Formats: sequence, structure tokens, C-alpha cells
Amino acid sequence: MKALMFGWEFPPHILGGLGTASYGLTRGMALQPDMDITFCIPKPWGDEDQSFLKIVGMNNVPIVWRDVNMDYVRNRLSKVMDPQKYFDFRNHIYADFSYRHVNDLGCLEFSGRYPDNLLEEINNYSIVAGVVARTEQYDIIHAHDWLTYPAGIHAKNVSGKPLVVHVHATDYDRSRGSVNPSVYAIEKNGMDNADHIITVSNLTRLTVIEKYHQDPAKVTTVHNAVEPLDPEILSIPDKKGVKDKIVTFLGRITMQKGPEYFVEAAAKVLAKSPHTRFVMAGSGDMMNQMIQLAAKRDISDRFHFTGFMKGKQVYEVFKASDVYVMPSVSEPFGISPLEAMQCGVPSIISKQSGCAEILNYAVKVDYWDIEALADAMYSIITYPALHKFLQEEGKKEVDNIKWEYAGQKIRRIYDTLVNK
Amino acid sequence: MKTICFYFQIHQPFRLKRYRFFDIGNDHYYYDDFQNEEIIHRIAERCYLPANKTMLEMIKSSGGKFKVSFSISGMALEQMEIYTPEVIDSFKELAATGNVEFLSETYAHSLASLGDPAEFKHQVEKQEDKIQTLFGVRPKVFRNTELIYSDDISELVYGMGYRGMLTEGAKHILGWKSPNYVYSSMVESNLKLLLKNDRFSEDLSDRFANYNWSEYPLTADKYIRWIADTPESEQVINLFMNYEVLGSLHPAETGIFEFFKALPRFAAEKGISFSTPSEVFALMKPVDSISVAYPISWVDEERDCSSWIGNTLQQEAFRKLNEICGRVRLSQTRRIRQDWYYLQSSDHFYYMSTKHLGTGFSPYDNPYDAFNNYMNVLSDFIVRVKAEFPETIENEELNSLLTTIKNQGEEIESLHKEIDRLKRREKVEKKEKTALK
Repeated sequence: MKALMFGWEFPPHILGGLGTASYGLTRGMALQPDMDITFCIPKPWGDEDQSFLKIVGMNNVPIVWRDVNMDYVRNRLSKVMDPQKYFDFRNHIYADFSYRHVNDLGCLEFSGRYPDNLLEEINNYSIVAGVVARTEQYDIIHAHDWLTYPAGIHAKNVSGKPLVVHVHATDYDRSRGSVNPSVYAIEKNGMDNADHIITVSNLTRLTVIEKYHQDPAKVTTVHNAVEPLDPEILSIPDKKGVKDKIVTFLGRITMQKGPEYFVEAAAKVLAKSPHTRFVMAGSGDMMNQMIQLAAKRDISDRFHFTGFMKGKQVYEVFKASDVYVMPSVSEPFGISPLEAMQCGVPSIISKQSGCAEILNYAVKVDYWDIEALADAMYSIITYPALHKFLQEEGKKEVDNIKWEYAGQKIRRIYDTLVNK
Repeated sequence: MKTICFYFQIHQPFRLKRYRFFDIGNDHYYYDDFQNEEIIHRIAERCYLPANKTMLEMIKSSGGKFKVSFSISGMALEQMEIYTPEVIDSFKELAATGNVEFLSETYAHSLASLGDPAEFKHQVEKQEDKIQTLFGVRPKVFRNTELIYSDDISELVYGMGYRGMLTEGAKHILGWKSPNYVYSSMVESNLKLLLKNDRFSEDLSDRFANYNWSEYPLTADKYIRWIADTPESEQVINLFMNYEVLGSLHPAETGIFEFFKALPRFAAEKGISFSTPSEVFALMKPVDSISVAYPISWVDEERDCSSWIGNTLQQEAFRKLNEICGRVRLSQTRRIRQDWYYLQSSDHFYYMSTKHLGTGFSPYDNPYDAFNNYMNVLSDFIVRVKAEFPETIENEELNSLLTTIKNQGEEIESLHKEIDRLKRREKVEKKEKTALK
């Protein structure tokens, strides 16, 4: 079974959950012996792990014919792509794009992030996808997240192969109802043209059915999972220098993640239990507001902001924490509580998050219920028995949530579509 | 006869290094030595040393008629001692001329006058001691951090024994009145005040090198002429500014040093003298009293304290700082006392201000970083202070316990001395007895 996947992020250069999920999913699927995956991302850096899949960089696929020879291409691209592939792609240029702003190899530039001209990049991505779709051989197309839906549709039109769209998040969720019309249009179009829709949680599945008006039979939930930890990561020591209990929030500091509820609950806990410290790790558009709020609640000496944590630093923060909190207003899935539980940190998650559907050994509260949140935080840090229980059982539970199982579910969907 | 009273402020804080959450409890050294050293070297070379030389020349060339006053914060003095001792030597040279007056302020160039009165008093005393140690004189006139002043502050200052103080000639306080007279405080009529003349001071500090100014270029004779043209009854012109105006704010190429060197000559021609604040207070009587209900300063258009404690972040940080005031004073550890002064510099709060986004110097990218960094450092500091004595004991209880321990210690010592004396007497008597036998 050959799959052509379109994505936007891939580790180690990730910006959020999408990259982590992409990696886990493809790793899990690659365990199936007859699975062959080609994964397209806008801008690979060359240090991605390609042992279990093939990465195609959209910024190295030509859309305009340039008369260059093998040596030149090898010089320019050998770090990220097999030079021969360049010429294969070049042979499948399907229209005249010479009016576009392309580089010396006839390729478009991509930022690899979420820039201001995101819609333009999405459009460019789908143009390049046309070349890739005509060159590669595959049985099924799998588009991850709304940014790649146009590319997926284009590939389907070119090849006639079935299209699976993977909804990692919806704009409806992100914006709490006030969608961006262009984004909604892209999402709906992708879902309408898909042969099947995969969502990361039942919560998201309901949103897709009700708000995007899709046929329930076309939508399946495949919950995300979590990669098992490296022994190197597991052995990271607790680096904190204070004897206080640490309660952590790690994620983008933005409206969707409910940071203000964390700060308010922290103020309540500190009134009862002054020997606690609260850490807000991450950055986002609401960070300054949160610093102001903590100052207003008079807790700034026990409330610490660390900024964005990269790679291993995330685990260092986890190892130093006693509780992990994710008070998301609306979370399609939420991989970070699973990562925390892997490190032995009891987690408190909101009932409005996708991972609440599969976790039994995490404390669940409504995101707006600050009293319940404060209560949960207080009990985990005050009662060692509860902490130990959640720590042990949580780790056991999470170790059993494997990408392999998710991969198998997806494979079954592929098989149904291909054999139709 | 008119007189010009020059006053220059000199201050450099100990800037903090990047201090992260994980450093709390682990790393107890908070300062960015590289940056601090680099900055003070640069300013010493560009400003302090050439400016001091200029002042000395002016004193010599005017035959001892040129007078000037300085206030150098304890922080700046400590940094100079560590990194640029030649600057201290050059100030000593100036002190030796007898034409220079040193004023008093808070040791840490801090906002203690707005916070804890006991801390304020303590810092002023420490500053007085430092000036006495280095320059052999005890300051007689006071000027608060950034010229912050209010009626309450005037009471505190008077209570410490000062009879003269410098502050800002803010328009919203003066109204139609002119700053070119001596005033007194409304609540302490025996405390005399000198108010900064905004126009003439800022001609030098702000507009001197500005090409777009209608009066550019400012020459010494033009400037003295303006001063001479002020009404007859206005006897004292107070020119207060940051010493960095000479060489740092206005680099040497602008001609600022030459401007200053020419001033005594033209002033002498117009019959204008120079005085130190003490001399002015001795000669002139206050013409009126002024009342300042809310603290003023010499900073920004508003001339108030909003640059330091205007927004929620600054107020929170200041509040947390003042909460452990009493506890720190009970501590005997030298490192804690030293860090305590360094953490109080008003600059740390200035960097958290959201008023001057984009302008002004700050070692941080934005005020939130400044706040975050400072609070992390403060958290570690509080952990150390609390670790000294158990937290369950209140400050008053602790204080009385410590006093009791101290008194008992002294009693034991005096009893020991008594025992020694009696032993010696016994020995002597024994000797005499055996001798008699």
C-alpha cells in the first residue's frame, strides 16, 4: 500500500501538535510491513528522520522548466533530496507557471511556518502538489490539516485515487465560533471532496458533522497517541532549585488553551497553599496579558513564565513539575498531557478536550470551573497518595496508547477505500 | 547678583543577567558583569573622565570662581571602585579644590522614599557614610532619586537633619511662579528647596545638539546672555542634569566640553557667579512655600513617578520588594544585604515601564521580559531571606528575640570581664599575702 501524504510540519522543526502527530502517525503506520509512505512538507531542513518514510520538500519541486545539469542540482539539493528526483519532477510540469516568482531551480519558496501570507503559501503548495501527484505512484492520498486540503483535492483530480483528509483541528474550535471565512471555506471544500474524513477525537468528529455538515458515515475518529520516550529523556533529572510544589501549564498561550483560567485558579491555590509555584511555559499572543493578570492577582513572585521551550527543554520542565494542567477551552486532541503522564506527572485536563475521551487516569474538569480546577491542583499537591496513584496508573495507561494502533485503524480505512 | 547653581547626577545600576525559572534556588549570582563592566568603561571614557577634566579646568581658569555640585549614588561608586577606580581619583581631585559639593541621596538610587521610611533612612545614612569615607566630607544637602519629591518626603528628609533639598521645578506645581528663587516646603517651613530651571537645564540636556532647534548652535555667550536677561529679582538659576549630558548624551564632537569651558568667562563678564547649593541656602531666604501632594520627579513630560510605579507590573514588583524590607534588615548575611541594595535601583522598575516603548535604553526586549527576569531574581532572593530564619516567626517577634540574644551576649561579655578582673585582683592579693609572710 503506497500512500502520498501532505503535511506542513515534521520534527525536529515543529511549531505545535501537528508536527508531533504527523511523526507519530507515520511511524506507527510504517510498522506495517507493506506500507510505503511519501510525506510532503513545504520546507524540510535536511535533518528529518527518513528511515521509515520518504520526505519530499515542496520547495525543491520545480514548477517551471529550468535548464540545469545534474552537477548543479546535486550541489544545490543533495542535502535534502535525491537529485534524480528533481529531474523526475521536472518532467511532469503540467502548466506554464513562468509568471510566478520562482528561484533558479524553478521552485517556489516556502517559509515552513505560519506566516502572514499563509493563504498564498497554501495556494502555492497545491500548485506544486500537482507536479508531485503526476510524478509519484500511490494508492491513496492523505492530507493532514486544512493547509493541505487544496493540495489533496488537486492530487485526487489528477490521479483519481481516493482522498483521506485528516482533521487535526478546526477553525471553529480555534476561534470559538467566529470563523475566518477563507479558512472555513478551505476546510469545508476539503471535507466535501474527501472520500473519507479522519478526526482526532469524537469532539472534533461532532464539530465536523454539525458545523461543517458532513455525512456521519464519512467521518471516523482515530485518536492520537504518543511516542514512547527515549531512555535519555526518561533519565533527565529534576532540575528545579526550590522545595516548593510546581504546577505547570505548557502550550501556546492563546485563547483556545484557556490560560486565564490557569492564572485565576493559581491565585486561589496560593491563598490556601502558599508554598507552591506555578509555571507557564510557552509563548503566544496572550502572554503579556497573562503577565499582567498574574501581577493583578498579586502572585507574580510565585508565577513564572519561561518562554517557548524547545525539544528536550519540554521534558526538563515536565520532570520538574508535580502537576500538569491543560485547561483548554476547546482542544481537538491535546498530546501534551500524554507526554506529561509519560514523564510521571499527574495531569488535569478540561472535559472539552479530545484526549479526555481516552484517558481514565487524568483528572477532568470543565475549563470554566476555576473552583474545581483549583481544588484538583490543591489535592494533587497536598495528598501524596493521590499523586502517586495518578502518577503510576497514568503512566501505565499512556504507555499503552500507541501510534501503532492508530496506524492500524487508518490502514483499515485505506483498505476499504482502495478496494471499493 | 545672579548666581548659577550646577548640579550633576551620576548613577549606574548593577544590571541583571538573564535569570530563568530553573535558576531559582540554584544560582544566587544575579548580575551581568560583562554588560556592567562594558557600560561603565565606555561611560567613564566618554563622559566622566573628560567631564571631570573640564570641570577642573573651569575651576582653575576662573580663579576658583566656578562651583559645581554632584550626587554620585552608592551603586555607581561601587562600580567605579571595581571597574574604573581612576574615576574616583579624579573626583577626589575635584573634591580637593574646595569648589565642589557632594550631595546626599539613597545609596541604591532607589524608590525607598515611596515605600518604606525606615529603609529610606537607612539607605541615606549608608550613602552619607560612603561619601565621607571616599571624599572626607559629610553631605549637608539632600537630593532624592531622580529628584522625586513630595510633602511626605520633605518631612522624612527634614527628620534626618537636612535643611536643604533639591527638586524639580515642575510646571504643575509652580504654576505662574518662577523656579529662580529659593522656596521652602509647605509642611516643613525650615526645609529650603532649590527647584530646577526646566528651560535652561533642558537647553543643555535635550536641545544642545539638535540641528532642528531654532537656537542651534548654542554658544556660551548666547546662553549666558539669556540667563542675564532674566528679571533682576530672580537671583538663582538652577541647572540640574545628568552628568552623562557631557560626552555621552552629547558626544565630544558636538562641542559640549568647549561650551562648558567657555561659560565662566562670559558669566564673569555679565557679573554672574557660580554657587554650590549650600552657599545658596546660606545666602538667600525662601520667598514662598510650595506644596506637593503627589510625588514629582524630573522625568518625562508628566514629571511624576509613573515611569517607575505607573503600571500593574511595576506596582506588583515594588509591593513584593517592600514586603520583605523588614526581614532583610534583620539578616546578618553580607551577601543578602549587598543584593538587597542592588535589587532596589529604580532602573529595574524603569525597564518595566510601558510608557516609552521603543525609545530609551533598556537591556531587555520588552517590559514583560524585564518584569519576568526581575521577579525570577526576586523570587530567589526571597527564598534566601526566608531560609535565614524560620518563616513561622513574625518580624517583631524575631526582632525582639534577636535583641534579647544580643543583650544577653553583651551581659555575658561584661560578666566575663568582671570575672577576669576579680581573678586578677585575687592573684595580686595572694602574691601580696605570700610576700608578707
